[in-house]
Amino acid sequence: MIGPIISSGIVSPAWDSIFAVLLGMGFGFALESSGFSSSRKIIGTFFGYDFVVVKVFFTAAIVASVGLLYLKYFGLVDFSLLYIQPTFLTAAIIGGIIMGIGFAMGGFCPGTSLCATAVGRIDGLVFFGGMFIGVFLFSESFSLFENMLYSGSLGAVMINSVLGISPELFTFLLVLVAVGMFYGAAWVQKKVKKIEY
Amino acid sequence: MKKINNDGSYYLNPYLGGVMLGTVLLLSFYISGRGLGASGAVKNSVAATVNLVAPHHVEKSAYYSQFAGGEKRPMSNWLVYEVLGVLAGAFLSGIIFNRLKLKVEHSPKITSRRRLIFALTGGIVFGFGTQLARGCTSGAALSGMAVLSLGGYITMVAIFGTAFIAAWILRKNWI
Repeated sequence: MIGPIISSGIVSPAWDSIFAVLLGMGFGFALESSGFSSSRKIIGTFFGYDFVVVKVFFTAAIVASVGLLYLKYFGLVDFSLLYIQPTFLTAAIIGGIIMGIGFAMGGFCPGTSLCATAVGRIDGLVFFGGMFIGVFLFSESFSLFENMLYSGSLGAVMINSVLGISPELFTFLLVLVAVGMFYGAAWVQKKVKKIEY
Repeated sequence: MKKINNDGSYYLNPYLGGVMLGTVLLLSFYISGRGLGASGAVKNSVAATVNLVAPHHVEKSAYYSQFAGGEKRPMSNWLVYEVLGVLAGAFLSGIIFNRLKLKVEHSPKITSRRRLIFALTGGIVFGFGTQLARGCTSGAALSGMAVLSLGGYITMVAIFGTAFIAAWILRKNWI
């Protein structure tokens, strides 16, 4: 079956919401069981006492990237039907910086705050509630940020084409960088004073 | 070689957790043709709520009207269903790994009150940022990285780079 099986019409679109719930369950289970429901475990990456974020995030990124390349190689996925986020340079950078500040203040990102809420962490619930206020504030002040939101538009551009290399070579380099970071993380963690949490 | 904490909870090996997360992400692309996300569900919920309270305001707003109002059904959305699944999946994991407990998690050096104020402010700031960057750590960064989107990599570097600096400035809250 050539994927994506919903968009290509192999499976009825009525199934899409059911798959959405199931995929969400897998997503939530993977995050929580790895420790992403704990803000102090997540934030450990920035102080060097726990690198779970680096390990889980980059392992997932290389598994999905390499997996997609294999699916493409065997003709099992039609890339033209995949949703690729368009790049708006200014908005991606400024939005990322704002999110980084929120991350360091709250200790969560949206997905992990949901996981924390699910296991009874009140700080996770409060963070999640705060997001509604943040989204509301943005929506209400949209006219002020409209230009910024659409500036620096590059379309659905791929990082490998910007660097002038093949997707395969880029993914291979990504794997090397990730493995390098895993070793680096293990080395730093040994040097840093243990923190009980 | 799993390390069991004092309260009986324990974690999966992070590399195993990463493989699981990557596989779910891969399946998401293979089945639904899109990556995973979280903030999109918040955006649709906000748009739906405002539409319920003030439908005229939604019609006039250049932002809300993209997601709500008229024939649009913002709560019948892939990400909304997916996020409900996230809650269920994390709850299940909490049962299995012994982590269900109602508490405010914070460093012993700060009060619960301080932690909650920062959690709320952090959520507000993060929520605002997701709308500019068109997604969060999962929707924009991780899912974007999987399909080699330039924006995904830029957002990832911007989030983690800024958070690294900001965490050190706010280190008294954490360590």
